[in-house]
Amino acid sequence: MTTFEAILLTIVTASTPLLIAALGELVAERSGVLNLGVEGMMAMGAACSFAAAVTFDSTLLGVAAGMLAGALMAALFALVVLGFAANQVGSGLALTIFGLGLSGLIGAPFVGARRDPVAPVDIPGLSDIPVIGRLFFEQDLFVYASIALTILVAIYLTRTRSGLTLRSIGENHTSANALGMPVWRVRFWAILFGGACAGLAGAYLALVYTRFWSPGMTAGRGWIALALVVFAAWRPGWLLVGAYIFGAATVLQLHAQAAQFGVPSQLLSAVPYLATIIALLLLSLRHGRAIGAPGSLGAPFVPDR
Amino acid sequence: MLSGKIFGALAGAAVVALAATGAVAQPKDKVKVGFIYVGPVGDHGWSYQHDVGRQAIEKAFPGKVTTTFVESVPEADSERAIEQLARTGHDLIFTTSFGFMEPTLKVAKKYPNIKFEHATGFKRAPNLSTYAAKFHEGRYIIGQIAGKMTKSNTIGYVGAFPIPEVVAGINAFYLGAQSVNPNVKIKIVFANTWYDPAKEGDAAKALLDQGVDMLAQHTDSPAPIQAAEARGKFGFGQASDMERFAPKAQLTAIVDNWSDYYVARTKAVLDGTWKSEDVWGGLASNMVVMTPYKNMPDDVKKLAQDTEAAIRSGTLNPFKCPVIGQDGKEIECKGKGALSDEQVLGMNFYVKGIEDKIPQ
Amino acid sequence: MRFELTPRTNVSPVMRALAPVAAFIVSFLIAGFVIWLMGRSPIAAFEVYVTQPLSDPWSLQELLVKATPLALIAIGLSYCFRANLWNIGAEGQYVIGAVLGSWLALRTHGTEAGLWVLPLMLLLGIIGGALYGLIPAFLKTRFGVNEILTSLMLVYVAQLILDYLVRGPWRDPKGFNFPQSVTFDPSATLPPILEAGRVHYGAVFAATAIVLTAVILGRTLFGYRLKLTGDAPRAARFAGFSSKATTMSVFAISGGLAGLAGISEVSGQIGQLQPSISPGYGFTAITVAFLGRLNPIGILVAALVVALTFIGGESAQIMLKLPLDLTQAFQGILLLCVLAADALVSYRIRFVARGGGK
Repeated sequence: MTTFEAILLTIVTASTPLLIAALGELVAERSGVLNLGVEGMMAMGAACSFAAAVTFDSTLLGVAAGMLAGALMAALFALVVLGFAANQVGSGLALTIFGLGLSGLIGAPFVGARRDPVAPVDIPGLSDIPVIGRLFFEQDLFVYASIALTILVAIYLTRTRSGLTLRSIGENHTSANALGMPVWRVRFWAILFGGACAGLAGAYLALVYTRFWSPGMTAGRGWIALALVVFAAWRPGWLLVGAYIFGAATVLQLHAQAAQFGVPSQLLSAVPYLATIIALLLLSLRHGRAIGAPGSLGAPFVPDR
Repeated sequence: MLSGKIFGALAGAAVVALAATGAVAQPKDKVKVGFIYVGPVGDHGWSYQHDVGRQAIEKAFPGKVTTTFVESVPEADSERAIEQLARTGHDLIFTTSFGFMEPTLKVAKKYPNIKFEHATGFKRAPNLSTYAAKFHEGRYIIGQIAGKMTKSNTIGYVGAFPIPEVVAGINAFYLGAQSVNPNVKIKIVFANTWYDPAKEGDAAKALLDQGVDMLAQHTDSPAPIQAAEARGKFGFGQASDMERFAPKAQLTAIVDNWSDYYVARTKAVLDGTWKSEDVWGGLASNMVVMTPYKNMPDDVKKLAQDTEAAIRSGTLNPFKCPVIGQDGKEIECKGKGALSDEQVLGMNFYVKGIEDKIPQ
Repeated sequence: MRFELTPRTNVSPVMRALAPVAAFIVSFLIAGFVIWLMGRSPIAAFEVYVTQPLSDPWSLQELLVKATPLALIAIGLSYCFRANLWNIGAEGQYVIGAVLGSWLALRTHGTEAGLWVLPLMLLLGIIGGALYGLIPAFLKTRFGVNEILTSLMLVYVAQLILDYLVRGPWRDPKGFNFPQSVTFDPSATLPPILEAGRVHYGAVFAATAIVLTAVILGRTLFGYRLKLTGDAPRAARFAGFSSKATTMSVFAISGGLAGLAGISEVSGQIGQLQPSISPGYGFTAITVAFLGRLNPIGILVAALVVALTFIGGESAQIMLKLPLDLTQAFQGILLLCVLAADALVSYRIRFVARGGGK
C-alpha cells in the first residue's frame, strides 16, 4: 500500500461517522425539525452498542443496540418538540446534555473492555485495482453502508413521492397540513431516522474506530455533523463532499506535522474548522445568497383551527 | 525512597516564606482522603491510574481510611471542588493535574490543618506537597527497544501538547533510540488533546502511513497502540498496561503507579509524620513501572532489562551530559553529570538528531 | 390515536410562573426514581443536592461565583435567541474577550501602570468578544452563511488561539515553560466585592446587564424590534426594521457580554491565562438562556439553578459517591421538562381517537 493510498483510506474512515450522523440529521432537518441533540444520541449509540456487543459478543447486536438507543433518544425528543411543540433548539441541547450523562452511566461498567477488529470486506478482483482498488473495495461494511445510505437518501428526497411530501412539510408545514399531509407522522419518522443514524455513527466509533468505550468519546463529532448539514446546504451529495473535506483536513494536518513543516500544531489543528467556514463561504458566493434551508426549519408546528 | 527535591529554593520565595511552622501533626485513628481528578475515572489513562492508587489506599488500611473523589473537574473551576473536600472533613487531599496548582495553593492557605498534595506542580507550602514521576526514565528504555527493533529506521511519537514533560519524554525516547542506533529518525505528531481516542488513532495512523514502524505515545487512550496492532507494527503502552488492547503490538508499557506513594503518604498522616515534601519518583521508587518485555527478541529484551536495572541503581541517567541541542551545541550541564532536575522539568528544546521544531 | 395541539388564548401569568416549578418537581421525581434504582436514598440525595447548599453561607457564595459568568453570557444570548439567531459560539467569544483583555494585563505587567488598566481591560474584553461575535453576523448578513455553523467552528478556533498564545508567546518566562501566563498584577485583577469573599465584581456586571436588558426589552423600540424580528420577520421588514442591522447588533451585544464574562473570570477568578479558562460556560449558558425562557429574571433564576446543580453534583460525588454523569443527565431532564411545561402552558393538548381525517 502506498502512502497516498493509506492516507486516502484513513480519510475515508475518519469521515464515515460524520457522514452517517449528518445524513440522519439532514433528513430530520429537511422535514423541518432542527435536532441539536446529535452529540447526545451519538454518545448513547456508542455506549449502548459497545455494552451490547460486549455482553452478547456480537458486533451485529451491538450495531442494532446503538441504532435503537439513538432512535429511542430521538423519540424522546420527538415527544417534546412534536407532542408539546417545545422549542427545538433548547430541547436538542437538553437531549445532548442528557445523552452525554446517561451514556456515561451506561458505559461505566464497560471501561477497559475491548472488541476485536471488524474485518474489512474485500471485494475480490476489484480490490486489486491500483489506488482506487483498496480505497473503494476494501473497506469495512460501514463505509459501504454510509455511501449507499447517501445515495438512498438522495433518491428518496428527490425521486420519491414520500420524499417530496417530507420536503414540502419542511418547506412550509402550514400549507402542507392544509393539503392534508401528515405533518406529525412524517416528522416523527424523520426524527427517528436521524436518531438511528446518530446511533449508528456512535456504534461505528465504539466498535470499529476505537473498539473500546470511554466517556465522552464522541468528542464533539455530533456538533461537526450538524455543521456539515448546513455546509451541504441540506443536500446529500454535498454532505458527502463536506464530510470528506472535513475528514481530509483533520487527517492531513496530522500528516503535515509528521512531515515536519514547522508550523504551529494549533494552527494546523484549526485548519478543519477554518476550511469548513471558507468552503461554505465560497459555496455561498457561487450559489448566490440563498442557501436552501428548509422554510419551516426549527419552527414548532401548531395547526390553525 | 521517594526522594529528589525538585526545585529546591526555586520553588517561589513567597510560598517558602509562608513556611512558618507547619502545624504539628498528631497520630490519627481515622483518616479521610480526597482526590480531585481532571478527567473521568473511566479515561483509562491518567485519572484512571490515580483512581487505582486511591483504591490501593482503601485496601491498605481497612476500616481506618475512607476515600472520596470528584471527577472531571475543569481546571478553571477547581477551587470550589477542592474547598468542598476541605470542608467535608478530609485530612489529606490529592489534586492530580498541573492546572490545579494555583487553586490548591489558595485552598491550602485557607485550611492550614489539612494536608494537600499536588501532582506535577512546583508551588509548595507547609501543608502542600508536590509529587511527580520521572516517566522519561521509562521512555529512554522504550527508545532503546524501538531503536533496536525498527526496520524502517523511522520511529514515531504521538504527543498530547508540546509542554516540557512531553518534550522531555520525546528527547529521552530519542536519546535511547540513538544510543543503540545512531542514524534512527523520529517523526512527531501532536494531537492537541490528552484524550480523544479517534483523533489519537488518526495521529497514529498518520505516522504509520509515513513509514513509522515503532510507535510511542504520550496521550492517554489505547487508540494509538491499537492502530499499530492493526497495521502489524509495534507500540508501547502509556499510563496503564494496554496489553489487552494490543497483545501482539505492545512491547512493554510505562505504567503510572501511584499506589505505593499514596499508601505511604496516607500512612504518614495516620502516624502523624506527614511533612511537606517534593517528591520526584522514578523506576527506583516504583512510581514508574515497566510491564514485562514481550514480542521482542531475547537480545533486545536483555538490553531493556539491563537498562532498566542501570537506571534503577542510578548508574544511568537518560539525560547524562553531554546532551547536544539541535543546533549542535552542548546544553549547559547544571546537574551532577547529567542535566539538573530543573532543566528536565522545564525542557523546551529538542536534542540533536530530531529534525522537527518544537511548535511554539 | 393521535394528539392535537391548540394554542390557549388566555394564559394567566400565574400558570406561566408555575410551569417551571411543576417541571422542577417532575424532574426531581424522575431523578429520585433513578437514584432509588441505583440503591441510594432519594431523600438523602435531595438534601445533598438542594437543601444543604441552600442553607450554608459558603455554598451560597459559591453559587453566586458560578452563576455570574453563566448569567452574563446567557443574558447576551437572549438577545440573539429572541431574534431567532442561533449564536452557539459564546464559548469562543468568551475566550477571545479574555485573550484581548489579558493582552493589556500582560503588557502592563510589572510596570507601575495605574488604575486605568482594569477598566480598559474590561473594555477590551467586551470589544474582543463583540468583534469575534460579529464574524458570524457579518458572514450571515453579507454572504448568507448560516450562523450556527460559523459560530460553532469559531469556538474551536478561539480555543486553539488561546492554546497557541499560552504555550508560545505569552508563556510566563519564569514558569518553567509550563503553559500559563504570568499572574496578573493587582492593578489588573478584578477585586472581590467583599474583601475575604470569592464573589468578584463580575456579579455586579451581570446584575446590571439583567436590569438593563429588562428595561431595553420592555420599554425601548429596539426591544420591540427584536421581538418582532423573532416572532414575525416579515412584519418586521414591513415595519421598516433592517434585519441586517438587528443581526449585527444582537451578535455584538451577546459577543460583548460573553467577552466581558471571559475577562472577568480570568482577571477575577483565575488570575492568569492558561489553556483552559472556561469549564464550558459558553455552552452551559445556552441551557441557562432557555431554562430562563429568555426572560431576564428567568435567566437570573436559571443561572442560580444550574449553578446549584453543579455544586450539588460535586457534593453528591463526595457525600454519596453518586457519579457526575447522573448530575449531567439530570440537567438534561430538567431542561426538557421546563421546555415541555412551557409548551403545555401555551397549548392545549387533546387526544383524539384515530378516525375521520388522518
